[in-house]
Amino acid sequence: MGHPLSSPEHAHHALLYMWRIRKFEEAVEDLFGRGMMHGTMHLSIGQEASPTGMCMAMTLQDQITSTHRGHGHCIAKGADLTRMIAELLGKKIGYCGGRGGSMHIADVETGNLGANGVVGGGIPIAAGAALASKMMKRGTVAVSFFGDGAMNEGAFHEAANMAAIWKLPMILFCENNKYGMSSSTEKAFAIDNLADRGKGYGIPGINVDGNDVVAVYEVAQVAVDRAKAGEGPTLIIAETYRWKGHSRSDKNLYRTKEEIEEWRTKDPIPKFIARVLEEGVLTQEQCDLIQNDAIEAIKAAVNEAVKAEPAEPSGLLDAVFKAVSA
Amino acid sequence: MSDRMLTMAEAVREAMSIAFDERPEVFLLGEDVGIYGGAFGVSGDMYHRYGAERVLDTPIAELGIVGAAVGAALSGMRPIVEIQFSDFTAQAMDQIANQAAKIHFMLGGALHVPMVLRTPQGSGTGAAAQHSQNLEPWFASVPGLKVVVPSNPADAKGLLLAAIDDPNPVIFLEHKLLYKIPGRDPVPEGATRIPLGVSKVVREGKDLTIVATGIMVNKSWEVAEKLAAEGIGVTLIDPRTISPLDMQPVFESVEKTGRLMVVQEGPAHAGFINEVIAQMAGSSTFGSLIAPIKRLAGMNIPIPYAPQLEKAAVPQIDDIEAAAREIVKNWR
Repeated sequence: MGHPLSSPEHAHHALLYMWRIRKFEEAVEDLFGRGMMHGTMHLSIGQEASPTGMCMAMTLQDQITSTHRGHGHCIAKGADLTRMIAELLGKKIGYCGGRGGSMHIADVETGNLGANGVVGGGIPIAAGAALASKMMKRGTVAVSFFGDGAMNEGAFHEAANMAAIWKLPMILFCENNKYGMSSSTEKAFAIDNLADRGKGYGIPGINVDGNDVVAVYEVAQVAVDRAKAGEGPTLIIAETYRWKGHSRSDKNLYRTKEEIEEWRTKDPIPKFIARVLEEGVLTQEQCDLIQNDAIEAIKAAVNEAVKAEPAEPSGLLDAVFKAVSA
Repeated sequence: MSDRMLTMAEAVREAMSIAFDERPEVFLLGEDVGIYGGAFGVSGDMYHRYGAERVLDTPIAELGIVGAAVGAALSGMRPIVEIQFSDFTAQAMDQIANQAAKIHFMLGGALHVPMVLRTPQGSGTGAAAQHSQNLEPWFASVPGLKVVVPSNPADAKGLLLAAIDDPNPVIFLEHKLLYKIPGRDPVPEGATRIPLGVSKVVREGKDLTIVATGIMVNKSWEVAEKLAAEGIGVTLIDPRTISPLDMQPVFESVEKTGRLMVVQEGPAHAGFINEVIAQMAGSSTFGSLIAPIKRLAGMNIPIPYAPQLEKAAVPQIDDIEAAAREIVKNWR
């Protein structure tokens, strides 16, 4: 798409999508709170700048794989909000017809190969998508979003190595939100800087402030250009923080209130608003309107999804396999 | 030529080559499939004929290999993965069971995974417990995977072509002792497919129905030949694909013979062949049985190393013969 500060349209997009993610997650939390959603939820509040910045460096045809905390990636890549909410509500019009829920939304139209319930599960899949792009000379990049926890999975290691030796058009995008459930990066890694892992695979390892959508976009664009030029993958470590617990059951016993409060002051949305006002790309009034648009869009999506027909058990057996064409 | 005899390795290579020629999106990836020609020589000269990109040597990274195949399959390619020994699929199980098998269903049908995972399995090579297992029940118990267990070169060729065409993930389990021996039947030229999910009645006889998988089809054939000379008729059924499973020929046969024996190489406990027994027990054909169902399967032990121990661990021709004679003699 382009640099978030390059035009009012781009700034509008960046701010709108960060608000959409924030408001989507808040709506999900609210629906859970009111007992209207079942299962569990993994919210990405506080992390909105990373997917937004990364996806602004991508085209619609470029592909992503996502994680259990994947609503933000899905929205940033352009998914339909109503179908997302509908999926979480177990509705027929949901992305997966109610068969997948929060952790399994994919959207072929926007190159989203799917969220994933298994930590690290999407990383080799993105490598394979990048391999296909290279073999078919498609010119697209595949970005795998994952968290710091996934970097200790074998899947990360195997995929990073394959992407590196074959110079695949891939980006390994780590949202380092500091905790794999309750395990801090300090406990789970013997290195201080996760980007150092890039050296082990012979690829660049880049650190970026994951709460700064402009900074994320800038490193993302360099990585996309490198991938599309056939120079191979990049490991991006976006430093961010999840404000909410890992999932519904989290009592935040492993971190302090002070730590959470400190990170709340690094909120990516006001940070970007301050920047666009300073640069004169948008006015305060425009920023307020964008926030309002996001709120209205989520409200409309929730209203439509709530009214939609529930998914039916009939036909489940026929959904396991794709029919073999004659 | 209608009398062309191939080994299973040759037949599998021929099927892959036909698919390579038919579709540019088909490619093979795995450990040592390239210039080495595959650990069991199955890819053979394909590297020289199709090049390093389509016959892709990978690092030793089974999880990554299968994951890359899943991603490529989601993106328009038709990968054939070779895992060097089926035992090593344990390394790749997340991508097989949690990703490939579930993507179509779980993601609402918008995506599918046209991938074939070929892997040699079975005992008899003195390779011991981590290179000799029969793991078909692992895969057959995961909805979303199709599972093929070919017993001969002609079937292997036709089934593999159908598996490559299939829009779903297919696990293709090749018994390594069958790789180097020619089958009983010639392998047809050309690209004839054998549809997945159709059991084959290998031979017909009036006294006993044997359902066997993989190499046990060959062993049971030997027994059937011997018994036929004495006037004991065996109907031998090879399911060929165990997921989906076609039981119809089994029901029809048991209605005539009244006796059923099931044979597999893998351990008896929770083995695939028990599914055949369960479906028989729950069917209206159950009343046609005049004898208890006989199950012959591997011992519930890891495959041991020494040849005499290894042989003792899985059914041999003599075991099948003894069991067949007993059931026919004792139940009239």
